[in-house]
Amino acid sequence: MPEIDIGSPDGRREALRTMLLVREFENRVRDRFADNEIPGFVHLSQGQEAVAAGACGALADDDYITSTHRAHGHSLAKGLEPDRLLAELYGKEAGYCGGRGGSMHVSDLERGMLGAQPIVGASVPLGTGAGITAQLEDADWCAVAFCGDGSVAAGQVHEGINLAATWELPVVYVIENNQYSEGMVFDEQHNVEDLADMAASYGIPGEIVDGQDVEAVHETVSAARERALAGEGPTLVEAKTYRYRGHFEGDEEPYRSQEEVEEWIAERDPIENYAEVLAERGELSIDELEAMRADVEATMDAAVQFARDADEPAPEDAYDDVFVDPAPDVERFRERMETDGGQDGGAGR
Amino acid sequence: MSSGALSDQETETVSIRDAIRDGIREEMLADDRVFIMGQDEEDGGSFEVTAGLHDEFGFDRVRNTPISEAAQVGAGVGAAATGMRPLVNLSFSDFIGVCFDQVMNQAGKTRYMFGGASEVPLTVRAIEGAGLNAAAQHSGTVHSLVAHLPGIKAVAPGTPAAAKGLMKSAIRSDDPVVYFENKTIYERRGPVPTDEDFTVPIGEASVERAGEDVTVVATQRLLGEANAAARDLEDVSVEVIDPRSLYPLDTDTLAESLKKTGRLVVADESPLSYGLHAEIVTRVVEDAFWHLDAPVQRVGVPDTPIPFSPSQEDEVVPDADDVGRAIQRTI
Repeated sequence: MPEIDIGSPDGRREALRTMLLVREFENRVRDRFADNEIPGFVHLSQGQEAVAAGACGALADDDYITSTHRAHGHSLAKGLEPDRLLAELYGKEAGYCGGRGGSMHVSDLERGMLGAQPIVGASVPLGTGAGITAQLEDADWCAVAFCGDGSVAAGQVHEGINLAATWELPVVYVIENNQYSEGMVFDEQHNVEDLADMAASYGIPGEIVDGQDVEAVHETVSAARERALAGEGPTLVEAKTYRYRGHFEGDEEPYRSQEEVEEWIAERDPIENYAEVLAERGELSIDELEAMRADVEATMDAAVQFARDADEPAPEDAYDDVFVDPAPDVERFRERMETDGGQDGGAGR
Repeated sequence: MSSGALSDQETETVSIRDAIRDGIREEMLADDRVFIMGQDEEDGGSFEVTAGLHDEFGFDRVRNTPISEAAQVGAGVGAAATGMRPLVNLSFSDFIGVCFDQVMNQAGKTRYMFGGASEVPLTVRAIEGAGLNAAAQHSGTVHSLVAHLPGIKAVAPGTPAAAKGLMKSAIRSDDPVVYFENKTIYERRGPVPTDEDFTVPIGEASVERAGEDVTVVATQRLLGEANAAARDLEDVSVEVIDPRSLYPLDTDTLAESLKKTGRLVVADESPLSYGLHAEIVTRVVEDAFWHLDAPVQRVGVPDTPIPFSPSQEDEVVPDADDVGRAIQRTI
């Protein structure tokens, strides 16, 4: 799926398709979670699809991203397959982490997805670390660390960006400002209007971009990536966007009005508006749009079936992968807990 | 079970400080993915442990960080997961409080959460211990906190040979390892094999002194205190073991010793409650309960922070006399 040539009609249609896929993926997650098919917590990114598709569409396969707890869009836009991604949310063996991570920890190193990160803010120092690797290897890839507006209140975000700035690491920090940090509105969390203003305190560029405009996001992140690869250091990008769903599925959202949400959906939807733009430019016919929607629906039908049919991981595999190198303690405790009586401490009286 | 005897190898006598530095340097020469980041590392870091490495390896490999423990460890995880082998220095182990999330939730859980698809070959050096009148926030011994965390290995050498051998193993390990150094024993000298392939496996204890009557399991500074106590006790034959690796823990070597002696003292400078003492005692009791001839004894800090005033610091920090009394209580 990456990277998208936003300068070509095919690329622009691909950007639209990515957004449609993310939207439909999360429609299915919303419904299947409501039906208790998906365990745990899920955090949807509906409304923010242009940030994921635009930013990840600006990246090459070798580039790394670190993500937030709202990571489905970033993951799909970075090239993860919807069936294995959904299987991970179902906790199945065929999921990207074998069912060990779930929605909040999904990762796929082969596609440069260095992990969803539900410790808010932790995606930033991790991305900084990937940037250290790129710098030490003199590599032609960079790292993009996504974080939310809420994370900017956390200390490790400041530390991570400051370190990258002082070392001129090839990292792009993309703050998805979706206006809400859990249940707090933006201006109750921050005393500034624009988080991009922070960049000045690190001596790096700070860019503000309309997060509902996939082309604008792509262009801004592309330019930041070029700076990074040219050895000019990190860039801070603030994408102004909006979260349609609650902080988590099931959130009753006492902190905002549904009128506000409806207004964003009606006027600022990144998918509907972009489809109109492409149609007005003569780059997308109604038939093409319908075909794209049908294709995404079919992809998700298959993904849901795949996730439902996939095997549960073997319970005993829960003891694997704690370490690479041997550490016999896990086995020691496991064996002792499964022993029935007669235990004499291995010594006898 | 390994012996502390190094008689079958060619050795040189070096300090723990030099042994750690030699181990780091050899691994940096062997693998260019190894790099150091920490505060003032370009000037040798805390207690001059890495002195000279910046001059030899340059900025890319030995880097000063801003005062940012969270970024140091968090970025260490990111660099490790993408192919590097970072060595991060925490100047004082007490500072682990400000980066505990990165140790606990990132370093310790990344591989597991990713379903085994990643490796996190990160080494964190943490300098601990009382005795320099540095007061409560620069004198703590926190290794029990870390050894408790799933997914983290923890080592705490008490001899120069262990210090070098474990540093090499920590850097070579594909797992995150926190390497605890006691700041008061950097000048402790002892034999270290000259062979550059010498390592000490993580998870292997060392019998530093053979004995028949009492087993003393002693870490870091208290290893020396235990040896001194053992020498002073003319009528009691004391076996002294350095566990060296706190997690994984070499229970077999400890339990075998108890089966021989029937008596156990655990001496470690961490607070006494809920910590390494309890773990060692429990493991050994699980494996050799019926061999116990006396109640086990713990020597450590009686659950206080470390005070500043020298007279009070001396009061709470255990020494050879405390170990000696603990041994006597088992007889």
